[in-house]
Amino acid sequence: MSTNEAWLDRRTAGTPQEAVEQALAAARPGGETIVIAEESSTANLRWAGNTLTTNGVAASRSLTVIAIDRRSDGTACTGTVTRSGVTPGQVEDLVREAEKAAAEASPAQDAADLVAGDAAAAQDAAGWSAAPGGTDFGVFRPFATQLGDTLRAAEAAGRKLYGFAEHGVTSTFLGTSAGVRARYDQPAGRLELNAKSADLTRSAWAGAATRDFTDVDVAALDAGLAERLSWQSRRLDLPAGRYETLLPPTAVADLLIYLYWSAGARDAGEGRTVFSAAGGGTRVGERLSPMALDLYSDPAYPGLECAPFVVAHASGRDSSVFDNGLTAPAGRWISAGTLSALHSSRYSAGLTGLPVRPPVDNLILHAPGASASLAEMIASTKRGLLVTCLWYIRVVDPQTLLLTGLTRDGVYLVEEGEVAGVVNNFRFNESPVGMLSRVLEAGATEQTLPREWSDYFNRAAMPPLRVEAFNMSSVSQAS
Amino acid sequence: MGDHDGRIDAEFTDLPLRNLADAALDAARTLGADHADFRVERVRGQSIALSDGKLQSLSDADDSGLAVRVIVDGTWGFASAVDLTPEAARDAARHAVEVAKVAAAMNTERIELAAEPGYGDVTWVSAYEVDPFTVAAKEKVALLADWSRRLLAHPVVSHADASVYQVKECKFYTDGATTTTQQRVRLFPQLEATAVTDSGFDDMRTLAPPAGRGWEYLTGGGWDFPAELAELPDLLAAKLTAPSVEAGRYDLVIDPSNLWLTIHESIGHATELDRALGYEAAYAGTSFATFDKLGSLQYGSPVMNVTGDRTAEHGLATIGYDDEGVAGQSWDLISGGVLVGYQLDRRMAQLKGLGRSNGCAFADSPGHMPLQRMANVSLSPATDGPSARELIGGVENGIYILGDKSWSIDMQRYNFQFTGQRFFRIRNGRIDGQLKDVAYQATTTDFWNSMEAVGGPQTYLLGGAFNCGKGRPGQVAPVSHGAPAALFRQVRVLNTVAEGK
Repeated sequence: MSTNEAWLDRRTAGTPQEAVEQALAAARPGGETIVIAEESSTANLRWAGNTLTTNGVAASRSLTVIAIDRRSDGTACTGTVTRSGVTPGQVEDLVREAEKAAAEASPAQDAADLVAGDAAAAQDAAGWSAAPGGTDFGVFRPFATQLGDTLRAAEAAGRKLYGFAEHGVTSTFLGTSAGVRARYDQPAGRLELNAKSADLTRSAWAGAATRDFTDVDVAALDAGLAERLSWQSRRLDLPAGRYETLLPPTAVADLLIYLYWSAGARDAGEGRTVFSAAGGGTRVGERLSPMALDLYSDPAYPGLECAPFVVAHASGRDSSVFDNGLTAPAGRWISAGTLSALHSSRYSAGLTGLPVRPPVDNLILHAPGASASLAEMIASTKRGLLVTCLWYIRVVDPQTLLLTGLTRDGVYLVEEGEVAGVVNNFRFNESPVGMLSRVLEAGATEQTLPREWSDYFNRAAMPPLRVEAFNMSSVSQAS
Repeated sequence: MGDHDGRIDAEFTDLPLRNLADAALDAARTLGADHADFRVERVRGQSIALSDGKLQSLSDADDSGLAVRVIVDGTWGFASAVDLTPEAARDAARHAVEVAKVAAAMNTERIELAAEPGYGDVTWVSAYEVDPFTVAAKEKVALLADWSRRLLAHPVVSHADASVYQVKECKFYTDGATTTTQQRVRLFPQLEATAVTDSGFDDMRTLAPPAGRGWEYLTGGGWDFPAELAELPDLLAAKLTAPSVEAGRYDLVIDPSNLWLTIHESIGHATELDRALGYEAAYAGTSFATFDKLGSLQYGSPVMNVTGDRTAEHGLATIGYDDEGVAGQSWDLISGGVLVGYQLDRRMAQLKGLGRSNGCAFADSPGHMPLQRMANVSLSPATDGPSARELIGGVENGIYILGDKSWSIDMQRYNFQFTGQRFFRIRNGRIDGQLKDVAYQATTTDFWNSMEAVGGPQTYLLGGAFNCGKGRPGQVAPVSHGAPAALFRQVRVLNTVAEGK
C-alpha cells in the first residue's frame, strides 16, 4: 500500500474490537498472536496565580500485535509492534511486521503457553462489544464553574492558587489466539491544588483522586489550604535531625509505592534488592513491622477499581507477554507486618519458586482496628513534625531501599497536641522498609492522591502514620 | 551525512501535511482564532533489553497524530487527534476553539506571543549516519548479547543488563508564516554489571551518555564501548572491596559524566523563565533564580559560564526550529558567575518584554501542547584549561566522581543530593583507590560558588537524558548538557549507609 493509499484508508477507522478480531484472523495459520487495542481520551485544565494557563483535549488509539514464533527446538520468539491510528487497511501490515520481527528474534527467555480462554463466551459477556469509554471537556462543566468561583474568592482573600485537573478514560481490549477476550475501561482523574500567600513565602497543597469529578469539592479543599496557610503565620527554624514525624496518607503512598515497585520476585531472587535474603533466596516470611500492617492490592477495591487481568505490552523483569489475560487477583504483599509475597510473572515465579502473583494497579495499606484521623493523631502528639507531602523521591541505595526526597508545601511543628507553627523544609533520607519497623501509630485508611507518583500510579488508599526517628538529613531553603 | 543523505523519510513527507494544515488553520480562523498553529508528528521508538545476554524484551512503537493550538480572545485552546484526515484536522480545530471559549471565563491574563520572523517552507535533519530503524533487530540483539557475555565472563559479575532505546522523531509545523519539516534521531544505550556476594550486592553502569546520533554510535562513532566494557568488571571488583566513605567535607573533582546531571537540575531547570515566574509552581516548582535577580545574582564563581543552545551537534535538544517556529539559537545564561539569561518560549518572552524567544518550545507528542522545555544547557570549558589529572593534582583530600546515578533537588532548586557510578579517593594530588557509599549534598549557589576551576576542552563531554519531566499533563523531553571536568572545594559528602541506619 502506498503512503497516499494509506492516508485515504485512514478515513475508515474501525472499532477496537474489530481491530482485535481482524488482527487475529490475519495471523499466519498455526501461529500464536496477542492483540491489545486501546482507546484513550483526556481533558485537562491548568491554572497559576488565580488564572487559567493551558488546557486541552486529546484522543489516541493504538494497536499492539505480539506475534509468537514457536520453533522446533522448543523455544519461542516474539515480535511486538505498537502503532497509533491504525485503520482496517493497515491491520494486516501490522501483523506481518510483528511476525517478521518474531521470525528474526532470538528466543524469549519467558516463553510459556498462552493463557487459555473461551473467546465465544467472553465476547458474549457483558461489556466486550460495547463502544469504548471516553471523556471530553464536558466532564469539567460543574467543576469548572466551582473552580472559577474559587479562583475569584482566593484572589479577593489575597491567596494565589495554582493547580491542575485532568480526567481520562482508557478502554483496553485484549484478544489472543488462545481464546482470551478481555476488556477494561479505566477512568482516572485528579485534582492538584496549591495555595500560596500573595508574597509566595507560604505554601500549602492538597490533592484528590477521582474517577469522574462528581465527588471533588474544590472550595472545601481551598478552605483547608487557607487554614494551613494560617498555621504558617508563625515560622520556626529547626535543624536537620531525626524527628518523630506524622506522615499524611499522600506521603505514605509515595513511599510505599516505591516499595511496591521494588518488590519484584526476580530481582529479589537474584540477590539484588532489599527483599533479597543474605546468602540467597528472598525475605518472604520475614517480619518487617512490629505493627500488624497489611499492604495489599485489590482490583475491586471501592473507588480504586482497576483491571483484574494482566495486560503486558512487553516483557520485563516480572512481566511477561505470555501472561496476557492471566487473572490478577487481590492479595497481600505484607500481611500482619510480615512480607508475604513479591509480584511476579509465571516465568519469574518459576525462577524463584514463589507463587505467581501478577502486579495489580492499586495499593492499600491498612492497620486493623485503626480509626484515628490525622487531626486526632496531631492532638495526641507531644512533640513531632507534621509533613504535608513529599517530593522528588529517588532511590539512593537499593540494598536498603534508601530513598531521598524533600518535604514540600508545609512542614509543621506539633507540640502538646497543637500546631506550633511552620518550620523549614527538609531533605530526607529514609527507607520505606526501614520505616515500617519504626511505625508507632497508624490512622484510618483513606483514598489519597500520591503527590509524587500520580502520573504513573494514582490509585492508593493509605492511613496517616506516626514514624519514630524519621531522618531529616538536611535543611532545604525552599518555601 | 550517512545513509539518509539529509533527507526526511518519504513515509512522512508523502503524508498530505499541507492539506491537513490548511483544513485546520482555515477552520480555526473561521471560528474566530486570533492565532493558530498546527503540527503533525510521527515518533518511532524501539526498545531492546537483554538480561544476562538473553533477550528480555524487544518492542517497536509508532505514534502519530495531529495537533491544533489556538488563541481565542487571549485564551489558549488545544486539541489533538490521531487520524490524519482533513475531517479530523477540522474537528481538532473546532475542539481547540471550544476549549478556549470554555476556559476564557477563568482566564485573567491575556496570552500574547513574541514576534518571530517568518522562515517560509524549511526543512532540517539532525546529525546522524545510520538510521537505527534500518538496522536489523537481530544485529542489534547480537551486539548487546556479545557485550553482555564480555561482562559475564568476569568472575565478579553475577548479572549483566543491556539495553538500547532508539527514537526517530518526524515533525511538521506551520503557523502560516513558517512551515517546518524536521527529523531527528537519538539513542540511549546502557550496560550494567551487578555483583552479588554473601554480604550484599553492588553494580556499575557504563558512562556512555544518550546521544543525538544514529546506530554508528554503537559501532565506534562517538564512544569506545569495547574499551569501557573491558575495564568495567575490574572497576566493579575494586568497588566491592573499597572502603566506605567517611562523611565530611571534601574537595571534589567531578567528571562531566556526573556533572551534566547537576547542571541539569541546579541550572537547567532553575533558569526556565516559566518556573521563575511561578507557572510551574503546583508541580515542578519554581526557582530561586527569580526575575528580579537577572543581571545581579552571583550564581557561581567567576569561572562559571553557562550557555543555553539548541544548536550543538548531537545534542538531544538540538533542533532547527522549535514547536513555535522559532529558529534554533545559542545564548548566555550565566556569564562570569552572574545570571544573565533565561530559557524562553514566545509567550514568556512577550510577557517580560524580552524581545524574541530563544526557541525553547517543545511538545513531546502530538497529544500534548508545547511548553517551554530545556535547551542544551552547558558549562563552558576554560580555553587552555587543565586536564582532569591536573585538577586532581591540586587536591590534597578529595574525591573524583564519575557517572550519574541517584539525583534529587527541591522545588526551588536550592538543596540537591547526587550519587554516582565511580568514586576515587584523592590523596595529595593522586588517585588512591575507590570509595563507596558516597553522596554529595549542597545548596546550588554554595556549590557553584565553590567551583575553583574548570577543565579545558579536552575534558569536555556532552551528557544528557531522554526523559526530563515537566508540565501538566506530564511531558518528557530529551536534553543534553555539556561540561568539562571541574574542581569544587569543601562540599558536604554523606555516607549513604549511615544515612539509612
